[in-house]
Amino acid sequence: MLAALKRPGLARGWFGFLVGGGLGFGLVVALRAISGLEIFQTEPTGYPHVVVPAITAPLGFLAGIGCFDYWIRWAIGRPTVPEDHSQHGAYSWKDYFRFNTDHKVIGIQYIVTTFFFFFLGGLAAFAVRAELAAPGTQIVDGQFFNGLFSTHAAFMLFLFIIPIFAGIGNYVLPLMIGAPDMAFPRLNALSFWMLPMAGLIFIASFFVPGGTFDAGWTGYAPLATGAPLGQSFFNLGVQFAGASSIMAALNFIVTIITMRAPGMTFWRMPLLAWANLSTSLLIVAATPFIAGAQFMVLFDRVLHTNFFQAAFGGDVLSYQHIFWFYSHPAVYIMILPGFGIISEVVSTHARKPIFGYRLMALALIGIVVLSYTVWAHHMFVSGMFSWLRVPMMITTILIAVPTGIKIFNWLGTLFDSVLHLKSTAMLFSLAFIVTFTIGGISGVMLGMVPIDIHVSDTYFVVAHFHFVLFGGSVFTVFAGIYHWFPKMTGRMYDERLGRIHFWMTWIGLLGTFIPMHWLGLQGMPRRVADYAAEFGDWNLVVTIFSFVLGLAQLVFVYNMVVSWKWGPKAGPNPWRAKTIEWLVSSPPPVFNFDRIPRVVGGPYEFGVPGARHAILEEDEGAEIKPAQPAVAGAAGAGEAAT
Amino acid sequence: MIRLAAAIVVLWAITTALMLIPDWTALRASREADPIDGLLKTTIVISSFVFSLVVVLLGYAVWRFRAKPGDESDGKPIHGSTRLEIIWTVIPTLIVLFLGAYSWIVLDDIESEAAESMPVHVIAQQFAWKFEYPEQGVVSEELHVPVGTQLDLRLTALDVVHSFWVPEWRIKRDLVPMAEGNPSDVDNTVRVTPDREGHFQLVCAELCGLGHAVMRAPVVVESEQEFEQWVAEQQPLEEGGGGQSEGAEAGAGA
Repeated sequence: MLAALKRPGLARGWFGFLVGGGLGFGLVVALRAISGLEIFQTEPTGYPHVVVPAITAPLGFLAGIGCFDYWIRWAIGRPTVPEDHSQHGAYSWKDYFRFNTDHKVIGIQYIVTTFFFFFLGGLAAFAVRAELAAPGTQIVDGQFFNGLFSTHAAFMLFLFIIPIFAGIGNYVLPLMIGAPDMAFPRLNALSFWMLPMAGLIFIASFFVPGGTFDAGWTGYAPLATGAPLGQSFFNLGVQFAGASSIMAALNFIVTIITMRAPGMTFWRMPLLAWANLSTSLLIVAATPFIAGAQFMVLFDRVLHTNFFQAAFGGDVLSYQHIFWFYSHPAVYIMILPGFGIISEVVSTHARKPIFGYRLMALALIGIVVLSYTVWAHHMFVSGMFSWLRVPMMITTILIAVPTGIKIFNWLGTLFDSVLHLKSTAMLFSLAFIVTFTIGGISGVMLGMVPIDIHVSDTYFVVAHFHFVLFGGSVFTVFAGIYHWFPKMTGRMYDERLGRIHFWMTWIGLLGTFIPMHWLGLQGMPRRVADYAAEFGDWNLVVTIFSFVLGLAQLVFVYNMVVSWKWGPKAGPNPWRAKTIEWLVSSPPPVFNFDRIPRVVGGPYEFGVPGARHAILEEDEGAEIKPAQPAVAGAAGAGEAAT
Repeated sequence: MIRLAAAIVVLWAITTALMLIPDWTALRASREADPIDGLLKTTIVISSFVFSLVVVLLGYAVWRFRAKPGDESDGKPIHGSTRLEIIWTVIPTLIVLFLGAYSWIVLDDIESEAAESMPVHVIAQQFAWKFEYPEQGVVSEELHVPVGTQLDLRLTALDVVHSFWVPEWRIKRDLVPMAEGNPSDVDNTVRVTPDREGHFQLVCAELCGLGHAVMRAPVVVESEQEFEQWVAEQQPLEEGGGGQSEGAEAGAGA
């Protein structure tokens, strides 16, 4: 038992959790006692003896599980082993429950963990829709209802949709660019482990006095600054999720820029790499703003600063500006990797190069740049400076142009192709094209100020973002999971169950979210536990379809679990794709490549006899000499000392 | 090609009809509702075209190019078309710029200030509305309006952010807690001209706490005469009570 506490792992992690929590608690108690203050301050917004341990306990866990061991040893001058791969690779299921530096292990950890939060968020949605099935309050009271949609969104956005793309990218990207791992494998593992901590903090908020946070995932001040303790847990959980996101993005940027296999110029890079690079650029620059906004709210709450207290000279609207300066780029963070996935899936399953590859890459960059200029479209009716509305409207509707370019290019890819519709990944990709177009259309409408004046803060907005988030992002996630499932698990999933999942999800989505457009136009505001009787019929329709949508996901889970364990074995390249990850076994060897591959052509050269994207064996073609690795870091995982 | 174009037009017509013929929006009851609804309808017509274009092309491609069982061949190695790229960059840009310009015109129209207007101070707090009429010197928990009068709404919140919305009027604006004299320069005035008599409901459209869903107030648009009668029955406003909410003195009006 003592041995388990001495080596990094879950046992030491939870021990560290208790120690960290205890130290935090003790620090607050001691300082307050010395200062002569009341030791346990229980103002609803206060509870410093709970808030500080809520920070130190997760940090203790991270230290205990081993995230900082190597760095601390190096920092204090103790001997370290540069090629220390002791924490690397999965040889049994236990390796998925510890600090592991293998990007493939981390990718699976991310995917399974984020899907757990997808189901938690989905349960909250079930409860929301059950309450909204009929006018009046039947199941939950107003306050708990507010908590339900707040946690639904917080789980879905911070703990599912943003990190799942980090997870899929983590698994696929190093293989796809011919790298043995990410640039910073230990940082990679730390990024993952911060996620369960963020989740724990959000879940813990249900059990504190005053209940869970209920100011929406947007947490506007001053509602948030005056809310009970659960809101502080929201502020803190966002920090851990945000830090995780930033660290992962840093890793992606450095990996993609410095560790591509020889011959892989930017214009020979698969679009998933372009997409992850663009997304990561968004993440590192924008995420600090939400961290700042949440810290300012926390400080107003616990330290009695007055950032957002109007009566004391604070500026209430500034919260919204700071929040949305991140949260608008955030929605592109939530879709851009998905665009990359769609390009990979469509070209492979249509056996055709991506139409307009270069413009597709440039459109991603265009979206990145434009996305920083549109945030105030979330504030058209907020009472902000009226002159800002028109410029923000113009930039907002202009973003439809690069996005539209991508839709048309995917359509172009389908013409003169050989479409394999049996593949579930392809079904989700094709449906994505339709639902994302619908969501984009309602988005343009919302970007037009006079229309937004009417439909802002109504179910029209709820319809829009569920079309782009579920019909958009989540569909791309499903496409990616189905596409790379054989590579990750070495087995094939059941296509028939995949089709059932697809059709139930597609019909459920349309039936749930189309009527919401009408509800908003008719006058139903959002975030309401109850509504006028005239909205009852459509709400019932929505609820019924939402249950279909939710149940469909059980088919998916069943398929994934059963196929992973007992599915037919898959070869290295069941889809006859071109990119590098399909050149190695399924699942890949622990260190990915025996020799670094050499890239000799574009990533989507279907239809050209003999065209290769990359070559693994050096004796294929006598004239091709084995290439030196482009940078020193490519030769061994974990080389970088950071 | 002709058949594709025809299919696009047919689907366009069907979706446009489905979106425009039933009345999906709330009843129009203000002058401002008309330009907003007109803008929405125009956008729907354009959007339906984009939607049918995408759906028809997708449907056609799925039907025409689907792989026959056992077909292991590749598609044609087409990498793109600069001409098409230019077309589908320029045309959408023109479309959205047109929508932006049209929107700007509508925005200026719905915010134009009439020569005569009636100020009403709207005060929101968790979870009730209060309306002060400085010119009539009364305060009430119902919003009454003489039909055809432009309201000059001055909005204040006492605790958290709320939002003023009468769906039939279309106009919406948040109420933001402000310090005396509005040092943060919140744009807290909005104009609306209700032009249809009737009973409506003001709802709060910004999450404000556990009572958000039930934070509503009755709105009555009535003739000038009925309005004067109603004013006479309301509680008087305290002296110097513009924007403040000390609460009227108890005591019936004359």
